[in-house]
Amino acid sequence: MKTFGGPAVLLDRNDINTDEIIPAKYLTEITKIALKPHLLEDLLLDGKPFDNHSQAMKQAKVVIARANFGCGSSREHAVWAFEVNDINVVIAESFARIFRQNMFNCGILAMELAKSDIEAIFALSGELSIEVDMEKGIMTATSSDPGQDPLQCSFVLNPYDKNLVSAGGWLAFADANY
Amino acid sequence: MGKTITDKIFDAHLRDTPSPENMVLDLDVVLCHEITTPIAIMDLVEKGMDRVYDPAKIKAVIDHVTPAKDSKTAAQGKIMRDWAKRHNIKDFFDVGANGVCHALFPEKGFIRPGYTVIMGDSHTCTHGAFGAFAAGVGTTDLEVGILKGVCTFRAPVSMKIEISGQLQQGVTAKDVILAIIKKLTVNGATDRVIEFVGPVVDSMSMAARMTLCNMAVEAGATSGLCYPDRVTAEYLWPFIKGDYTTIDAAVKDFLTWHSDPDAEYIETLQLDVSELVPMVTYGYKPDHVKDIMDLEGTPVDQIYIGSCTNGRIEDLRDAASILKGRTLAPGVRGIVTPATPAIFSQALDEGIIKIFMDAGFCVLNPTCGACLGMSSGVLADGEVCASTTNRNFNGRMGKGGMVHLMSPFSAAAAAVTGTITDPRHFLVSEEV
Ligand code: SF4
Repeated sequence: MKTFGGPAVLLDRNDINTDEIIPAKYLTEITKIALKPHLLEDLLLDGKPFDNHSQAMKQAKVVIARANFGCGSSREHAVWAFEVNDINVVIAESFARIFRQNMFNCGILAMELAKSDIEAIFALSGELSIEVDMEKGIMTATSSDPGQDPLQCSFVLNPYDKNLVSAGGWLAFADANY
Repeated sequence: MGKTITDKIFDAHLRDTPSPENMVLDLDVVLCHEITTPIAIMDLVEKGMDRVYDPAKIKAVIDHVTPAKDSKTAAQGKIMRDWAKRHNIKDFFDVGANGVCHALFPEKGFIRPGYTVIMGDSHTCTHGAFGAFAAGVGTTDLEVGILKGVCTFRAPVSMKIEISGQLQQGVTAKDVILAIIKKLTVNGATDRVIEFVGPVVDSMSMAARMTLCNMAVEAGATSGLCYPDRVTAEYLWPFIKGDYTTIDAAVKDFLTWHSDPDAEYIETLQLDVSELVPMVTYGYKPDHVKDIMDLEGTPVDQIYIGSCTNGRIEDLRDAASILKGRTLAPGVRGIVTPATPAIFSQALDEGIIKIFMDAGFCVLNPTCGACLGMSSGVLADGEVCASTTNRNFNGRMGKGGMVHLMSPFSAAAAAVTGTITDPRHFLVSEEV
C-alpha cells in the first residue's frame, strides 16, 4: 500500500482557488510535468506573493491550509501540479467538491480535519512533518522544535474514497466495474 | 418524505452504489472542450482505452482559445478534431461554428429536463437552468465519462433559494446571483445543489436562468437548478416538437422534474429582490460583493462583455441600450464577444454590433478569451477591467489585474464614463 506524509508547508488562508494553484495560462500544456515549476505561482498570503520555489516547498510532501481549499475551476491540472511536485497529501478544514474528487481520482489524499485540529496544527512552531496511518485514520504532526509534543488528529475517509486512493484512481476502478 | 428534483434525477440514472454515500450515475450527455479534454484523450490512448461510450452522447467544442493563438493551442485543437473524426462524434464545433460551451450546447438543444450532464468545466452548472443535473468534473471523471458514460457523486444534499419581489429596471439575474453569493460566501453551498425557485425565477428567460445557475459554483455548489416550465418548453420547442403534440403536453411532462412539495432541504433562504440594486465585486473572491453605489467612480481600463455568464443576445441588448448613441470614455478599451455564432448573427441583424462598433468596441468572434486570461484581452499588471464574466480571482484575467464582475448594463455604463457607474443613471434619464 502507498504511504502518505512527509515534510509539510503551511498555507495560512481560506478559499485558496485553482487559478492560484495553477494559472490558466499553463492549461495549454499537454504534459503534467510541464506544470511542475508553476505550482502555487499566483498564491497570495496576507496579500503578498507566496514564494513557491522556497527550500521548504522543494522538500514538501504535504500541504496544509484552512477552509474551502481548491475552489474555482475544475482543472485537474491543480492536482497534477501537486502530484508532479511529489506532494501526496493536502490537509484542510474543507475542500471544494471538484478538487477533492480530482484528488481521490488521482490517488492523492485530500484529508479533512476538524477546525480545532487545523488551528492546533497552525499553532505549532518549527518545521512540521506529517505521518499518516491510513488504517487507523490517524495523522501525526511532529514539530522540529524539541519543546513541542507531537499532535495526533483523527480523520475519516469514506470507504469508497479510500478504495480509490489504494486502487490508484477512478479510471482503473471504473474500467473494472462498469 | 418527498423527493427533490435532484433525488428524482439520481433515482432515474442510478447505476451503482459503491458505498452508502456514493452513487454512480448513467450520463445522458458528456460535454467536452479543448482545455480539459485533450489530456483525457491522450491518457486514454496511452492506456490503450481510446474508446467512447456513445458518440451521439458526446458533444465537443473548441472555445477557450479560438482560433488557435500559438502552437500549443493549435495542438489542443488538433487533438480534439482528430478524436472527433476517429470516433464519429458528429456534434463537434470547430472554428466558424464554435462558441462558448455553456451558451452553445443549450442553444443546440442538447440539454433537456431530467438529464445528467458532466463536463470538464466548473461552470457546467449553467445547464441546471433546464432542470438537468449538470456538474463540472475534473479530467479523470471526464475520461471515465467518455469511456463508460458514468460518473460518481455523493448522495445529493439540496438547498432552496426562494426569490420573490419585483426587480427594478437595470437590475438583472447577474445582480441577483452576486447578491446570493455575497450572502452564501464562496463556501456556503459546497457539496450542495441549489434550487432557484419563486416568482422571480418563474418570470425569467432561459438566458437569465442560465446566468443564475452559471454562478452557483462560485458559492461552491455542485449544481444550480431551475424547474422546467413553459419558458423551458418554448425555448426547447424546435428540438422537442417531435416528442410532444403541444407545448402544453411538454410542460405537463416536465412536471416530472419538479421537487415534491414535502421534499426536505438542508437550508431554505428567502430573498426579496424588490430593493436590490446593481451589484459589483471588489476583490479577488466572488463573494466580495458590494452595492454598485459604493464603488462608483473607481476608474477602469477595459470593459469586457461576453462569456458563458453574460454573452447571450439578451445581455448584448442590455449593454447596447446604454451604448446606443454613446462612445467609450477616452482611454478605455471595450471588448465584446457574442457567446455563439447564432448570437453574433442575431446581434448583427438587430443592429447591436453596429452600436458596439460605433461606441468604439472591438468585436471579437465567440470565444472564452480574456475571461480566463488566455487570450483576446489579457490585462497588464495594475489594470482594471469591468467585466460581465463570473470570476475575479487573483490573476484570472492576467497577472496583477483586477476584475470587477457586474451585469452587462453596469459594464456598459462603465464603458461610457470610464469608471464604475450605476447603470440606472442612464436608464432612468431615458424614461423621463
Ligand atoms: S466563458 Fe469563462 S467561465 Fe465560461 S467556460 Fe469560458 S472560460 Fe469558463
